[in-house]
Amino acid sequence: MLWDTILLALREIRRNVMRSFLTILGIVIGVASVITMVTLGGGATVQVTQQIASLGSNLLIVTPGRRMGPGQASTAAPFRSEDVEAIARDIRSVAAVAPASTQRVTAIVGSQNWSTTVTGTDNQYLRVRSWSLKAGRQFSDSELRAGAAVCIVGNTVRQKVFGALDPLGSRIRLGKLSFQVIGLLEAKGQSSMGTDQDDLVLLPLRTFQRRVSGNQYVNLIQVSIRDGASTEKAQRDIERLMRGRRHIAPNADDDFSVMDMKEITKMLTGTTQVLTGLLGAVAAVSLLVGGIGIMNIMLVSVTERTREIGTRLAIGALEREVLMQFLVEAVVLSSSGGLFGILLGLAACIGLKNMLKVPFVFNPGIVIIAFLFSAAVGVVFGYFPALKAARLDPIEALRHE
Amino acid sequence: MTASGQTNRQPCIELRGVTKIYGTGQAAMRALRGIDLDVEEGDFVAVMGPSGSGKSTCLNILGCLDTPTTGTYLFKGVEVGRLDRDQRARLRRHYLGFVFQGYNLLSRTSASENVELPLVYRGIPHRQRRAQARHALEAVGLKGWEKHSPSELSGGEQQRVAIARAIVTGPAVLMADEPTGNLDTARSHEIMELLVELNQREGITIVMVTHELDIAAYAKRIVHFLDGLVESDKRNGSPI
Repeated sequence: MLWDTILLALREIRRNVMRSFLTILGIVIGVASVITMVTLGGGATVQVTQQIASLGSNLLIVTPGRRMGPGQASTAAPFRSEDVEAIARDIRSVAAVAPASTQRVTAIVGSQNWSTTVTGTDNQYLRVRSWSLKAGRQFSDSELRAGAAVCIVGNTVRQKVFGALDPLGSRIRLGKLSFQVIGLLEAKGQSSMGTDQDDLVLLPLRTFQRRVSGNQYVNLIQVSIRDGASTEKAQRDIERLMRGRRHIAPNADDDFSVMDMKEITKMLTGTTQVLTGLLGAVAAVSLLVGGIGIMNIMLVSVTERTREIGTRLAIGALEREVLMQFLVEAVVLSSSGGLFGILLGLAACIGLKNMLKVPFVFNPGIVIIAFLFSAAVGVVFGYFPALKAARLDPIEALRHE
Repeated sequence: MTASGQTNRQPCIELRGVTKIYGTGQAAMRALRGIDLDVEEGDFVAVMGPSGSGKSTCLNILGCLDTPTTGTYLFKGVEVGRLDRDQRARLRRHYLGFVFQGYNLLSRTSASENVELPLVYRGIPHRQRRAQARHALEAVGLKGWEKHSPSELSGGEQQRVAIARAIVTGPAVLMADEPTGNLDTARSHEIMELLVELNQREGITIVMVTHELDIAAYAKRIVHFLDGLVESDKRNGSPI
């Protein structure tokens, strides 16, 4: 009986192909937007997560200032070299600690110039980031101690300013000063945020502080934890150590944060999720509008088919059988809109993935939810017209012209 | 009150003091003002009368589409006035067939599927429906027309399809509301011959509303309505 009703509904829909298509267009667009937004958002999230995970799950990042929410931070006193040394000395589960202070400068070689970032750090930086040198050598202890004018360049900087020249041993001007290139980093490619990770120059921290920033600050401390040691425990230990060093009263909040990769992932994906949620809400509104379109056309259909309904009632159709017929028709309409919307949305994702450089991550959950939601739209908005049909007086309906 | 001479048959329709009043108070319209009517199984009754005489109202009540305001209507001993909407729908589904003046076929739906419609509501499986519809179409002289849609059929043929739809369930009573109203004389007589044949061969009781005397002449019995009352109730000498 249900199967007969579905076949009947399909026939009614085929009878008015153009009208049915226009009716479901709202649902198609709504579902397609939901699918596109959520799938692309999910792809972006997966991308961020994967790239952060590739940094290693045993990495902790210590920053001054308290994190308020996605992208927000309060200001607080920066760290100093002593803080880095204290972490390396006092926290037992630490494998490597690297300071990092950064500033944007213009790199110049001959007539080539390129705006890049210099990072003041030490050799531990390469260990923490599990980065290796393609050529040349690391900083020597004396260079680090003395703040020598030497640097290690990333692959992008090499391409932009040295071109085909061999950078090793050459000189590069960073801002106002000239540095000797002693090493070349392995290419890493794009980061999770779409920035070029190879677009950087590493300096000894002391060199950076003296010649570039002109202060004793360390903006960021990266800590890698030994394999097998607890990240949570190391995090707590670092927090306790830093609270002591920064003289924070027992009941005051931290004025710094120690984030593990999970938290960083959360922070970075938070923005994506908020955006996905907003766009999803807009799409849901268009589903609602689509539902009203279906209700409208179902009411027209009931009026047009009053005599048919009268005939059906006269020959013995029960009220609920007529209700079912029109409800099924509305649901078949809306869920076919959902089906087209899903296909369109997935096609849009595949089409956009190259343009937006976001991987296509098929999310069966959202596809099922979108389909069920579109079917539910049919039930909700089809119910009133169906009830109107079922409640018709057969005598009146048969007399209807 | 009945003019029946066939005492061996049970009445399947009994109206006792049936009234139908539309509206209330000053605006009340008394469509039926106390009808007593029996119809035996196998009878063929023509209901005549000028418009406004209450004949259509009476047919609606007989067809269980409407209920009397007062009085009782017994259909096979069941008091229809006490049934709710769904129960009356079930009664129509199992015991009644309807033929309308305007055929009321589903457009763009084949003759066979139109005839199958009442069987769908009886929950009969597809294959059996198809077979029964073919049978019914054969009975009304439309063998081989199963696949045609109403728009491809003449008025007379459409009414034959409608009759096939009404008899496909093997109803106890066939309610016909001016079945020849939209047809020319030749087609009208063909349809009437078909109804007479169904009445005689299949033993289907027929109640038909008409305002044409020559159409009513095909019935075994003619009941005249006037101003909501039965004016006369006569048996035809012999069907033509």
